[in-house]
Amino acid sequence: MVIFILGPIVWLAVHAFASNWQYPNLYPTGLTLHWWSQVFLDSALASAMKNSLITSPIVVICSMIICLPAAYAVGRIKFWGRRAFMIGIFSANSFPKIGLFAAIATLYYSLNLMGTFVGVIIIQLLGTIIYMTWIPAAAFAAVPRSLEEAARDAGASKFTVFRTITLRMAMPGILVAIVMSFLAAFDEAQGTYLVGAPAIYTMPTEMYSLVQNYPIQVAAVFSLLLALPSVLLLGLARKHIMGGQLADGFQLK
Amino acid sequence: MMGLELRGLKKSLGGRVIIDNLDLSVANGEMVSLLGPSGCGKTTTLRMIAGFLEVDAGAILLAGKDVTNLGPDKRPSAMVFQNYALWPHMSAAKNVAYPLKIKGLSKAEINEKVEAALALVNLLHHKNSRPGQISGGEQQRVALARALVQEPDILLLDEPLSNLDAKLREKVREDIRELQRRLGITTVIVTHDQEEALSISDRVAVMNSGKIEQFSTPRELYLLPETEYVANFIGSINRFEGVLQNGEITAGSGVTGVRPEDLQITQEPIEGSHPGVVELVIPRGHFFEVVVARRDGKFRIFTNENIPLAGDSVHVRVKKALYYQDGKLIA
Repeated sequence: MVIFILGPIVWLAVHAFASNWQYPNLYPTGLTLHWWSQVFLDSALASAMKNSLITSPIVVICSMIICLPAAYAVGRIKFWGRRAFMIGIFSANSFPKIGLFAAIATLYYSLNLMGTFVGVIIIQLLGTIIYMTWIPAAAFAAVPRSLEEAARDAGASKFTVFRTITLRMAMPGILVAIVMSFLAAFDEAQGTYLVGAPAIYTMPTEMYSLVQNYPIQVAAVFSLLLALPSVLLLGLARKHIMGGQLADGFQLK
Repeated sequence: MMGLELRGLKKSLGGRVIIDNLDLSVANGEMVSLLGPSGCGKTTTLRMIAGFLEVDAGAILLAGKDVTNLGPDKRPSAMVFQNYALWPHMSAAKNVAYPLKIKGLSKAEINEKVEAALALVNLLHHKNSRPGQISGGEQQRVALARALVQEPDILLLDEPLSNLDAKLREKVREDIRELQRRLGITTVIVTHDQEEALSISDRVAVMNSGKIEQFSTPRELYLLPETEYVANFIGSINRFEGVLQNGEITAGSGVTGVRPEDLQITQEPIEGSHPGVVELVIPRGHFFEVVVARRDGKFRIFTNENIPLAGDSVHVRVKKALYYQDGKLIA
């Protein structure tokens, strides 16, 4: 287990700091920060990082604005077609995405969204929808009605109850959804490459050219940078989140 | 002025009539139980009083004010929920402070009232504990403090003791009663436990399929159950088709009910007694339960005198009987 999980990371980390490490040498021939400075000084790589750090938060915010009201409706209101809606969202994710992206690309050409910032945002948004609906929907559904009634009984208006009780209690689930959505947006490469390249590169799409055109150590540095947000976010969120929340999110009730 | 008045309440849910033309008047400062089996409409009634359910017809008056069309946040009632419904992300003190914050009281005022309310239920030492960190009985007291801090005109308790273990239940029951008397607060309590209802209330409303069968003091309820349903529901009763004649059940229209303690066992025949054979003797703690088969039927008897053995031949006399026709008490 440890070898499987940590092995590749260690391998990456060693490469990121090694001046050279190739078979049959057991140890790297020297340590250096050269690759790191190369990444940070290369304007293409820097702009990819900048793009990623701008698009991902915007995608998450747009996703919250679109999906959270839907999640609340699905979680709390029994309406006709509710299950079909949820399963529909799920099944959209079970087909190979590249077909979907190809179809979207033709649409983008006619809408002049190809190679635009908005186009990239929309493509990345698609991958976050499943997280931003299913997990918060389960979180909203899990808030006991009696807790809301007790607040109403205590004199709170419907909106105050939502703000102080419902939303507050669903917050851990929403946080999980935010983290998962951020990572989904941050790591999205296929669609972003199709829509964004060559005008807009993000970190994952930049990886493609990196692997082909740069020394392996530069790719290692870049991979570590790509993994950094995931590690940081999960670390931060761990305090508030238990694994169960994610599992709970994907149950049909 | 009445503490609570229900006038001609009607409620259907999912096409089924739950409450059918229900009237109830509760005096100021009185403690009243709604007692009945599950599905009799007692919780529905309570939820209509609190405002969580809208009425189909009828009116609800709290402390003389018509609140029928007000939301639960606008009604001068406070409820203690069956599962306590404490907010798990707030400490005990924050839970109790919530209604006061909504009202917009100053910090100092809130602190003072929260302390007083928690002191009232003896929980000051737990004011910073979260609901998940304290016992069920303590959670219940927090819920009670949260209700009382609102200084409501009427206190509503939904099966407040059902989640507590038997020993604690008795203590909490007495605490609630004592507090209710001291504060003189009009209280409606929903319960399916007759012992709870009889021991805690000034008056008990026995409910059956959306109607009140009888509304009277616990004493009257037990001694003079107005309907056969109440007689069966409150305490236990020996039920016979027929009438009592010369101390014996004989054929006739109507139903005769005899409480197990209204029967006397003797070794020798006495006036009004009839012979029978003891089938079963069960020690029940403070009394013995004896089942005797007579020619006219089987009698369940609670007694502490002349306790026979199974198989003994004894004589049994009916001391007192209730007679019902069409379910209504005749004599």
